[in-house]
Amino acid sequence: MSEIVLSFEGVSLRLGGRSILHGIDLALLRGEVLGLLGANGAGKTSLLRIATRVLAPDAGGVRLSGRPLEEFSRAELARRIALVPQRSEVPFPFPAAEIVRMGRAPHLGLLGFESREDVALADRAMEEVGIRELARRSILELSGGEQQLVAIARGLVQGTPILLLDEPTAFLDLRHRVHVLRLVRGLARAGRAVLVVSHDLGLAARFCDRLALLSAGEVLSAGAPADVLTPAHLRRAFGIEATVFRAPDGTPVVLPEGDARGPGSPGWTSK
Amino acid sequence: MTGASPLSPRRLVLVLLVLLTFLFLGSTLALMAGPAWLPPREVLRILLGFPTSSEMSLPAGDIVLRIRLPRLLLGGIVGASLSVSGVLFQALLRNPLADPFVLGVSGGAALGGILVLGFGGVLGMGYAAVPPAAFLGSIATALLLFAVAGARGRLSSTSLLLTGVVFNAIASAAIVFVASLSGLSEGTSIFLWLIGSLSAARESSTLLCGLFLLAGLVIVWPQARRLDLLALGEESAAQLGVDVERVKRILLAATSLMVGAAVSVSGLIGFVGLIIPHFLRLLLGPDHRLLVPASALGGALFLILCDTAARTVLAGGELPVGAITALAGGPLFLFLLRRQQGKGLLP
Repeated sequence: MSEIVLSFEGVSLRLGGRSILHGIDLALLRGEVLGLLGANGAGKTSLLRIATRVLAPDAGGVRLSGRPLEEFSRAELARRIALVPQRSEVPFPFPAAEIVRMGRAPHLGLLGFESREDVALADRAMEEVGIRELARRSILELSGGEQQLVAIARGLVQGTPILLLDEPTAFLDLRHRVHVLRLVRGLARAGRAVLVVSHDLGLAARFCDRLALLSAGEVLSAGAPADVLTPAHLRRAFGIEATVFRAPDGTPVVLPEGDARGPGSPGWTSK
Repeated sequence: MTGASPLSPRRLVLVLLVLLTFLFLGSTLALMAGPAWLPPREVLRILLGFPTSSEMSLPAGDIVLRIRLPRLLLGGIVGASLSVSGVLFQALLRNPLADPFVLGVSGGAALGGILVLGFGGVLGMGYAAVPPAAFLGSIATALLLFAVAGARGRLSSTSLLLTGVVFNAIASAAIVFVASLSGLSEGTSIFLWLIGSLSAARESSTLLCGLFLLAGLVIVWPQARRLDLLALGEESAAQLGVDVERVKRILLAATSLMVGAAVSVSGLIGFVGLIIPHFLRLLLGPDHRLLVPASALGGALFLILCDTAARTVLAGGELPVGAITALAGGPLFLFLLRRQQGKGLLP
């Protein structure tokens, strides 16, 4: 059941003389949604870039199904791990449907034409994400949120057992956030492994099976949402005071303290 | 059209056949036009080797086969090379404003060529050394450009323009300098190099240029889908299975070959690589599997027509074709730049 598909083992990274990650140990299991949380600059995106071998760690390594990442060719890797980036700027007016179909690139034959099956898969992914009506529109004319949905559909269509999502819901409204996260949860239930970076603690707690909280390049805490989202952890990771409530089903709900109520804030003492 | 339907081999063949038809019609027009206008029937008869009907048959045959046809072939090859190079630079630098001339890569090639023309004699190098020297010039400039583009692999329009302006200024100054030192500036040859002209068509250079174009297309076309993926950004392309560094090296070599060959025979013909890809992208969409071959045919047709105009608009004389492409391309470049900035698309 809890088969490890992707594992970071003692991963450390320095960029431009600055230490970004040190000694990260983290495993992604088949069938789970793992939420990766942390302040800006905590190293979340760098971790994803290491997992797709765009960045090489200075120490430690990544194993994919038990084998070191370096043993895979680029094309093999692309058939196993899909990454939906935070943002991508496309300089040419590709129709949205074409961008989604590009997700099939790792599976194409020598001639580089999509088969009928590839096209059907792309159509279905657009349907699932709910962007069928955008198919013909140029990617340059789409809003940030729409572009994000296109990128998510492209990631789905890649058909990989592992899906990495870098803040997939940052530009989406609440309805689309919930829709995307439900979709992602469905994929995990169907046997894929999903790693999702998020700044939305509430949705992460609701939709992820496990959370990992990064702070200053280290895993501060990893485990069930209720164990990770504690006031002490939040103080260390984000430097904020917060109250953590429990929803009726036990899901933690984080409520940051406002200025006027926080102990030690000016509003507190003047009252 | 740029609809939602994917590119099928059928559509690819169909579009290329239509473009080939236009290329054929344009070529026929180019063979008809000149100081002595020939009817299309006459041109076709001469091409097919039939005896011609008119009484001026012998000179007409000579005009078509010895004067106009070689120039037509060279124009087509140079136009295709420059246009495909434009597509490649645009995809590699992820900026639709890129063009071998605007970027200064053509200038680098011209400098390489002129160095050999000016001083090669001293070292025992003949005219045959010009294309390789132009190739070296273009690849050196392109490498410099990528160094400027840096690790992000994207050249913003500002740095693109600035590096292009600087490279071109350096290249032109160096070309004039070399030409003056070596006495090449006599006559009009240096002027023709700087503005770009097809009047020096020779069979050997046409053949060489054609081989370089063919090699370039054979290398580039199979990489077309990877060019699409590069549009998503280098990291996304890598993540989709593209060995980005390797693909970039291959394409850079191919485009330098084509630009070097084209410049070594025709000088600095500008903006073909900007106009044609832009126009075809509007017409056919940005899919490189179609855009690469279509640009080859479109670029060939465009330069053939421009050269026909260059030969015929002035009674009794001719304009360098580079003047015509620059007059058409310069304003388009400004228009595209303005639109990009209006959208806030690029810094």
